[in-house]
Amino acid sequence: MKKCLIGLMLVASPLMTWGASEELRFGVDPTYPPFESKRPDGSLTGFDIELGESLCSELKRRCIWVENAFDGMVSALKGRKFDGILSALSITEERKAEIAFSNTLYDTPARLVAPEGSALQPTAESLRGKRIGVQQGSVFEVYAKRMWGPKGVEIVPYQSSDLTYSDLINGRLDAAFDDAIAVSEGLLKKPIGKGFGYAGEVVKSPEIFGPGTGIGLRKNDTALAGEINQALERIHRNGTYERIASKYFDFDISPK
Amino acid sequence: MFLEGYGYLILQGAWLTVQVAAWAACVAITLGLLGALAKLSPLAPLRLVATIYTTLVRSVPDLVLMLLIYYSAQIGLNQVADAFGQESFQLNPYGTAIGTLGFIYGAYCTETFRGAFQAIAVGQLEAARAYGMSHWQVLWRIRLPQMMRFALPGIGNIWQVLLKSAGLISLLGLNDMVQVAKQAGNATSRQMFFYLVIAAIFLAFAVLSSLALKHLERRYSPEPQRRAS
Amino acid sequence: MIEILKEFGPNFLWTDGYRWSGLSVTLWLLLTSAVIGLFAAIPLALIRTYGSRWLALPIQLYTLVFRGTPLFVQLLIIYSGLASLSFIRETPSLWWFFRDGMHCVILALALNTCAYTIEILAGVLRTTPRGEIEAALALGMTRSQLFILVLIPSMLRRALPAYSNEVIFVLHATAIAFTATVPDILKIAGDVNAATFKTFQAYGIAALLYMLLACALVGIFRMAERRLLAYQR
Repeated sequence: MKKCLIGLMLVASPLMTWGASEELRFGVDPTYPPFESKRPDGSLTGFDIELGESLCSELKRRCIWVENAFDGMVSALKGRKFDGILSALSITEERKAEIAFSNTLYDTPARLVAPEGSALQPTAESLRGKRIGVQQGSVFEVYAKRMWGPKGVEIVPYQSSDLTYSDLINGRLDAAFDDAIAVSEGLLKKPIGKGFGYAGEVVKSPEIFGPGTGIGLRKNDTALAGEINQALERIHRNGTYERIASKYFDFDISPK
Repeated sequence: MFLEGYGYLILQGAWLTVQVAAWAACVAITLGLLGALAKLSPLAPLRLVATIYTTLVRSVPDLVLMLLIYYSAQIGLNQVADAFGQESFQLNPYGTAIGTLGFIYGAYCTETFRGAFQAIAVGQLEAARAYGMSHWQVLWRIRLPQMMRFALPGIGNIWQVLLKSAGLISLLGLNDMVQVAKQAGNATSRQMFFYLVIAAIFLAFAVLSSLALKHLERRYSPEPQRRAS
Repeated sequence: MIEILKEFGPNFLWTDGYRWSGLSVTLWLLLTSAVIGLFAAIPLALIRTYGSRWLALPIQLYTLVFRGTPLFVQLLIIYSGLASLSFIRETPSLWWFFRDGMHCVILALALNTCAYTIEILAGVLRTTPRGEIEAALALGMTRSQLFILVLIPSMLRRALPAYSNEVIFVLHATAIAFTATVPDILKIAGDVNAATFKTFQAYGIAALLYMLLACALVGIFRMAERRLLAYQR
């Protein structure tokens, strides 16, 4: 009994951590290579991760990465679990109603992926009656549910992209709709991705997909937003951005 | 390579699961004792609060409660802190998971402890009061030790259920062994293998727990009572 | 809150416009898995209590494994693990079954509740009042008549309180279905959360729905107990 009371106090103390101002906490869902993923030893790697670390070193702060499910990112940000979302979060009007964004980080296209040889195209007529996997909470889910869902296409949302690819591989899905680079790294370039390829051309929709991804911030954190945008400018100017980008992409992904 | 290089991570995840379950059990037992005493207290408001607690918590699935509390706790805390004009503090995710699980299973413990308190022979209490013991002395020296014997099987059951419920914390985003198994399985395309491994680990925990429980029950069980049959 | 109810009410309750979702799906999962689990458990409990060691032992092993591992892990194995095995994917009849998330969830729930129900029924069987058995034998009943007319009805009646608890647990267990892409109450709550960012309202409505279901179930079982266990009052 006494042990439990002491235990309770020990439990309560790590429950509370006061945010130190030399730290910058980013929320990330590390299931989305090459932007953010986990190595087997548990450490984080990816374009967003390196971008975040370079921003932190510009701001002379320590980066803390807080893992969170993608569809709960905005709620967690508003709940102050972290100070910014750096997880391939597209800038959209719906999200701007809830949170603020930094300047655009990068812009990558959206594509449909399906077994090679299937004649599927990213149109409602071609996909009618088929099951399409998307990540829950992403702009791809919004696009699919708005443009294809009402026309008889079954949209299946998943907690994370790797679950989508699993079900695509084992045949539960006819196609998956996601970021072209994420699909390439997470599926096509891997041995299990043999026999799959892009179906149709890049899908463009500026109203739904927005100008690209950005760092999600709380609306009243204007000081932080200013600092981050300045740091972003500096790493563009001193070439850090290009250096990191060329490690991951062989084409220019900076925002137009 | 030990389990394709993921062996160490899985063991770490297993250790995390056990830790979360153990701390949650402490919280649950504490809440259970408080709740049982509240339910048996002569004060009606206390009884009401305890009854609402147990009824609400036991009629909602633990997964739903976990999601509700885990995500809302921080938001609620922030609102309270804002109302007082203070800077709110951040809830550690593991601590929150422990608190959530403890809160949920505290309701089940309340019912078990209540039944156990009521199972104590009334004669014991009468004798204690006859000796002039104060209310708190009776509670601390007579009721709690005796009640623990009766509560043991029920608490052991709750511990087993709690241990399995701790497998759900991966859905809160925590890095327990279920999450590691998912990542390992997807990375190596050997999902079935890794899921069977963690199933075996859970089974081992369950068997060990029930063996420990049987040992405890044998040590603390009441003397066989003479009953008029 | 009201806007959420108005916009997503139908999703929570019966359909999201394209297929069944929400409360209807949860009820369907509850009913099918509980019924399958119960009907499978009755003969298995009889074998476990009265059968030879060779028959009873595998059943004990089954209940040990399915009660000792979390339902979540069982569902992962059935939904994700089996689908990763090539011989499942390449056998048309097997793949037709395991392809559908709903089938996987019902199978996992049924296997799980069957294990718990077997233990409940076996425990109740062991405490059948000797008088009932002796009276039946004295009346000259054959073994099968003893089972069908006396033991099974008595077992089902006396197991009612413990079984009603188990059914509530199956209701709680259906909440896990959303991990297999089945659109139950919790999945709709997750969708609402992703669409509106109002976490507390989304999951709060889900909690309320489960509470109503639990109340209804408890009420039904109380009525059943009043009728079937009347002799105990």
